[in-house]
Amino acid sequence: MGNSFNTIAFFQDKCDGCGDCVPACSRHHTGGADSKHSRIKVAKDAEQQSFGIALCRQCGQPQCVMNCPSGALSKDLSTGIVKWDKEKCVNCQLCTLACPYGGITYNALTDQVMKCNFCDGDPACVKACPRGALELKQVASIFNAWGDLEDLVAPGLSACLGCNSEMLLRHTLRRIGPNVVVATPPGCIAGVGSVGFNAKTGLKTPVFHPLLTNTAAMLAGARRYYKRIGRDVTMLAMAGDGGTADVGFQSLSGAAERGEQMIYICVDNEGYMNTGVQRSSTTPYGAWTSTTPVGSVLRGKTRDAKPLPLLMAMHNCEYVATASTAFMEDYYGKLGKAIEAAKKGMAYIHVFSPCPTGWRFPTGKLIEVARKAVETNMVPLWEFELKEGRIRFTHPVDNPLPVQAYLSLIGKYKHLDGKQIAFIQEQTNRKIGVLKNFAREEKKEQVSNAA
Amino acid sequence: MVHTKYLIIGSSHAGLSALDAIRLQDKEGSLTLVTQESCLPYSPTMLPYVLSGQAQEEKVFLRDQRSLDGLCVVFKPGAKAVAVDERSRQVTLQSGEKIEYEKLLLATGAAPKLPPVQGLEAAPHHVLRTLEDALDLRSKIRKEGMAVVLGAGLIGLHAAENLAKGGMKVAVVEALSQVLPGYFDEEASQMIFRAFADNGVKILLNEKASKVKGSDGQTTLSLASGGDLPAGLLVVATGVQPRVEVLKGSGVEVDQGILVDERMRTNMNGIWAAGDVAQARGFFESSKILNATLPNAVEQGRIAGMDMVDDPALKVFQGAVSLNTYKFFGHRAFSVGMVREEEGCEVERAVVADSFKYQKLIFKEDQLVGASGINSDLDPGIMVQLIRRKAHLGDVKARFCASPVDISRVMMTNMWR
Repeated sequence: MGNSFNTIAFFQDKCDGCGDCVPACSRHHTGGADSKHSRIKVAKDAEQQSFGIALCRQCGQPQCVMNCPSGALSKDLSTGIVKWDKEKCVNCQLCTLACPYGGITYNALTDQVMKCNFCDGDPACVKACPRGALELKQVASIFNAWGDLEDLVAPGLSACLGCNSEMLLRHTLRRIGPNVVVATPPGCIAGVGSVGFNAKTGLKTPVFHPLLTNTAAMLAGARRYYKRIGRDVTMLAMAGDGGTADVGFQSLSGAAERGEQMIYICVDNEGYMNTGVQRSSTTPYGAWTSTTPVGSVLRGKTRDAKPLPLLMAMHNCEYVATASTAFMEDYYGKLGKAIEAAKKGMAYIHVFSPCPTGWRFPTGKLIEVARKAVETNMVPLWEFELKEGRIRFTHPVDNPLPVQAYLSLIGKYKHLDGKQIAFIQEQTNRKIGVLKNFAREEKKEQVSNAA
Repeated sequence: MVHTKYLIIGSSHAGLSALDAIRLQDKEGSLTLVTQESCLPYSPTMLPYVLSGQAQEEKVFLRDQRSLDGLCVVFKPGAKAVAVDERSRQVTLQSGEKIEYEKLLLATGAAPKLPPVQGLEAAPHHVLRTLEDALDLRSKIRKEGMAVVLGAGLIGLHAAENLAKGGMKVAVVEALSQVLPGYFDEEASQMIFRAFADNGVKILLNEKASKVKGSDGQTTLSLASGGDLPAGLLVVATGVQPRVEVLKGSGVEVDQGILVDERMRTNMNGIWAAGDVAQARGFFESSKILNATLPNAVEQGRIAGMDMVDDPALKVFQGAVSLNTYKFFGHRAFSVGMVREEEGCEVERAVVADSFKYQKLIFKEDQLVGASGINSDLDPGIMVQLIRRKAHLGDVKARFCASPVDISRVMMTNMWR
């Protein structure tokens, strides 16, 4: 498999046009701050107060390279950087005609073209951006690290179009590897076919279908058996929120209390999505489901979701985390910790899993929905390690978007009135406040050991 | 007989671009690349720079043998194709060797076109189309020598500038009323004209050569308007014509160039054509046109290659847009799309003649259809996209006209992030 590369992402909504990236770029490349040397340009539409950037995208099939008659431009297949060779360049400017992004531009001070070279992997512009509008995306490292490994899901899944759970299943198994026993209780994960059809399993690993109520108990038994015969096999539950937070909670809570060694992943699509979209105890306030309908009296669910990840942290699990498929680097990192933690006790990961079918949004918006949930602080990403004894935010959102930016994407919230939205905003602020309290580092009194 | 799955004739941009597209999908299918040139692949665009000495001739090559080997390409330089038999799917080389192909791409490019001037063919003259041409011409540059260039197109002007920089006294003879009519309007071309005049190059517009006589180093050009021009060195750059001789006797349809559809297919099954030799739909024109530019060759070659391997990602050719960049005497110019406004078009012009700045945007309703500039800060590539995507500017248009560099960059960020 070919290499995948890091990129610089631009978040237009976070850019206020301050232009700090420009002198940072110039300084890196020339030592001076003259903006004419900058490889990154900030453009302004004053009337709309919106900003754009012209910057090399280090394309996979770079048009500038294809259109260069001198061979001065080339794509470095080990770093992904589109390189410019000053010695070979004849200054014909055809690259500026070929690039759709304004990523290679004419520098009047040198009478030559110039382009971003990624500052040897540590871009100065990203470090200079005070608002996080420029971000170094290292997701490619996941692909490079895990892309060659086998996809452990068998062909022929019957998930809905745009299903988040399917993606999650594939990534999770790829990371954990084949030395695993998977339990998928009733719910979408089993429903998409992971347990199989016609006497063949849907995964290339051992997989079984416990009851909705006893997933954690069965995995605990399986782990103990394997230990007894001297084999270190990872136990993995991929369960829905119903099988976790509702009737499955008793066995999960018990297994956590006993410190059973497993990775328990709750794929939280906020309800019973495969049986007709009924509410569960993790369905949030205000959401439409078939059992919390919208009419003249009811306006969606009247109670808020059970704070399951926090409950699990209070069980003194070895490791607890929340995750989202919009933040894959984060998820992979957490899986890595969970694998280690599950050798000692329970590792619990609660993955926020938007459902295009049950929540009523276009399939192409899945990742956007997942991302906005995090950026509004409705789904904060954090982890809890028993040895640290406190919560740590893994993707802190300092300037959260209003909850409406998330709610407005989703059909199940389209009936919400201003009062309900205000209430959700208030609850979101309150819950993030609670988490921040758990995340606070206690300042220990400095005890002087000096004699 | 040699059998190959893919046969590409011509190793410049169209051929190489097709090669890359094929290899993205089919890593192993046998691929043979033949060229009449005796060296590794290079771009004719480099020739003015070889002429000026800015590019060293041994460093102009776009691929080396190792990279071709790495792509499992059988590269045959010095192999001129002389006949195509589409029934038996065979190409005959000048050596008599025959190659059997499954899929054939004709990327034979274009050859200099000589104007009908009495005595020209017999008289010593230079063209600038191959590396050999460039090296030959470079060796003939003499300080204080007299040079005449026929034609004020890109090749002619590049040649004239480099000969002048080499110390020659240069005159350019152009039949039309302006230089570079394919890329710039009257006003812009006058600025270019001025730059040449300021640097001692005389450009005779509305002028033709009627007769050429003399032998090496002693050539004299008679002008249609009367008078003679001594030409120690005569360079002919009055345009190019597609190299289609190889198709003589074949059933492949040829008009000015090889007629191709929007997938670069000719009328014959299994034969594609791309680049300077192909005649394909225009972006603005309803008819099929020639477009002998590098970006066009790259794009057509890519489309042909993708179609030859049935790449599902193929998007058909949207039509050739006239486009180019041009650097002259320290100035830089570009041109994309429409050059002269049609009826019903609006024009936004920004010219500062003293500082040698020129910028022209042509709109049809709320769409950009043409952009050109001299020492302009516009991003030519973004202009290309706005035109090709037929982007509706709507109420952004007024702001676009007021600050096109910024607004086009913001639009690019919004539209094709």
